[in-house]
Amino acid sequence: MFRNTYDSDNTVFSPQGRLHQVEYALEAVKQGSAAVGLRSKTHSILLALKRSTGELASYQQKMFRIDDHVGIAIAGLTSDARVLSNFMRQHAMSSRMLFNRPVPVNRLVSAIADKAQVNTQEYGRRPYGVGFLVIGQDQTGPHLYEFSPSGNSYEYFAMSIGARSQSAKTYLEKHYKSFADCTLEELIKHGLHALRETLQQDKELTINNTSIGIVGPSSAHEEAVPPAGPFRILEGEKIQVFLDSMVPKDAPAPTTTAGDEDVQMAE
Amino acid sequence: MDHFPTNWGRPRNDAFDAYGTYPIAQHPRNAVDVFADGVQRTQQPIVTGTSVLAIKYKDGIMMAADNLASYGSLARFKDVQRLHPVGDYTVIGAGGDMSDFQYIQQMLEELVTEEFASQDGHTLGPVEIHEYMSHVMYARRSKINPLWNSLVIGGFKNGKSFLSYVDLLGTTYTASTIATGYGSMIAQPLLRKAVEGNETTLTEEEALKIIESSMRVLFYRDARSINKFQVATITEKGATISESRHLETSWSFAEGIRGYGSQTQ
Repeated sequence: MFRNTYDSDNTVFSPQGRLHQVEYALEAVKQGSAAVGLRSKTHSILLALKRSTGELASYQQKMFRIDDHVGIAIAGLTSDARVLSNFMRQHAMSSRMLFNRPVPVNRLVSAIADKAQVNTQEYGRRPYGVGFLVIGQDQTGPHLYEFSPSGNSYEYFAMSIGARSQSAKTYLEKHYKSFADCTLEELIKHGLHALRETLQQDKELTINNTSIGIVGPSSAHEEAVPPAGPFRILEGEKIQVFLDSMVPKDAPAPTTTAGDEDVQMAE
Repeated sequence: MDHFPTNWGRPRNDAFDAYGTYPIAQHPRNAVDVFADGVQRTQQPIVTGTSVLAIKYKDGIMMAADNLASYGSLARFKDVQRLHPVGDYTVIGAGGDMSDFQYIQQMLEELVTEEFASQDGHTLGPVEIHEYMSHVMYARRSKINPLWNSLVIGGFKNGKSFLSYVDLLGTTYTASTIATGYGSMIAQPLLRKAVEGNETTLTEEEALKIIESSMRVLFYRDARSINKFQVATITEKGATISESRHLETSWSFAEGIRGYGSQTQ
């Protein structure tokens, strides 16, 4: 019935030097639907695949605004995500109130990572069952971070988490060198292509199951975005134009995307 | 949600445990301070500094304060530095109670050290220091235990100069000239006349001349001042605080004054 005898609480190492509860928490992240994040010199973006429980149900929210300059996409237990995002919002507000300064993104991510780490070490607790991709901009430019329940956080050029995220990662690893100089439109197109890799055989990205989160100056397809380029979530009809920009999957191989002809490879 | 009825209606600590998830029921008691009757708050300043002057000029901010800390009307300490650098971009100047100012210096030193220790390229500038000090000063006055100072905060960061005022009531404002205490009555009009409208053209030499002449007037008029003072400049190149300098003064006019003191005619 049990996988082994060393997984019943999080304070005990297995003889192999592993914490099974923490590893189970990382599995919970992989159960959640996929989210993808990318960064250029000017923008950070998130793309996420929303799930619904059935034809009659609505789609589960995947992205949350933390502050004007920070947003997250989640994979895993939504209820844990709400606790952590609440904490992040309070942290961000306190920085604005105390110092009149938007909180530096790395400190926000470190704060939740420290919080998550405590849960991997103290008796009577459990790790969070959720992973984040965090985007934001501060004095040092746009950023993308991954947060995971093990208490780790890293900064990335591009990253994916959630179900079948390895396929998206493969796409990102192939193309990430071109991201730095991408326009917002190109970056979103790359993101959608990466997110598409995580879909099951018969599924496709639609305006209902896709969320796009952006930090950075406005795209040509957006309206009324303040010049500072605060975090915003695009959903529904607004993302049709971006979905239309995708190259159909069954199209011939050489038609990848503009600007990266040098990385074309046989599929 | 806090599931422990004994906690209801009591303040919770959002920073520590927003959802009351900690497994052990905690019963915060209303703190009873057995020494409460013996606690006294600052009701008047004891060892005091007088005015601080500050102006904007072409390259940034220039600030001045004399080196005197008075004990009542006694000129008690003549070597006190009332201008204090905070981080790389800010200088804070204080009038009022000098022990409270020393407390503020320590507090800001801790803050800057913590910021430095994070080593992530983010630093506190004058705007952040000003916001922080305004909250500290207002919080203390709200506890009816004020830090008895008027503070001038000047700085230069990311190509922008910043000059502001915070006092023991938590009152704040920013302006291109600031003078505290006696100086707010005597020197402020002089500074305004010389500086307002010329913030972007005044050179360092001109700014220093304005500051020196205002300090001289203050020394003539303010019985809690001495003619020994320091000048701080905060520009793109950072903050520098000068050695103490003396002013030449002339008192020969005093003989001609009639109407005060013990003259017979």
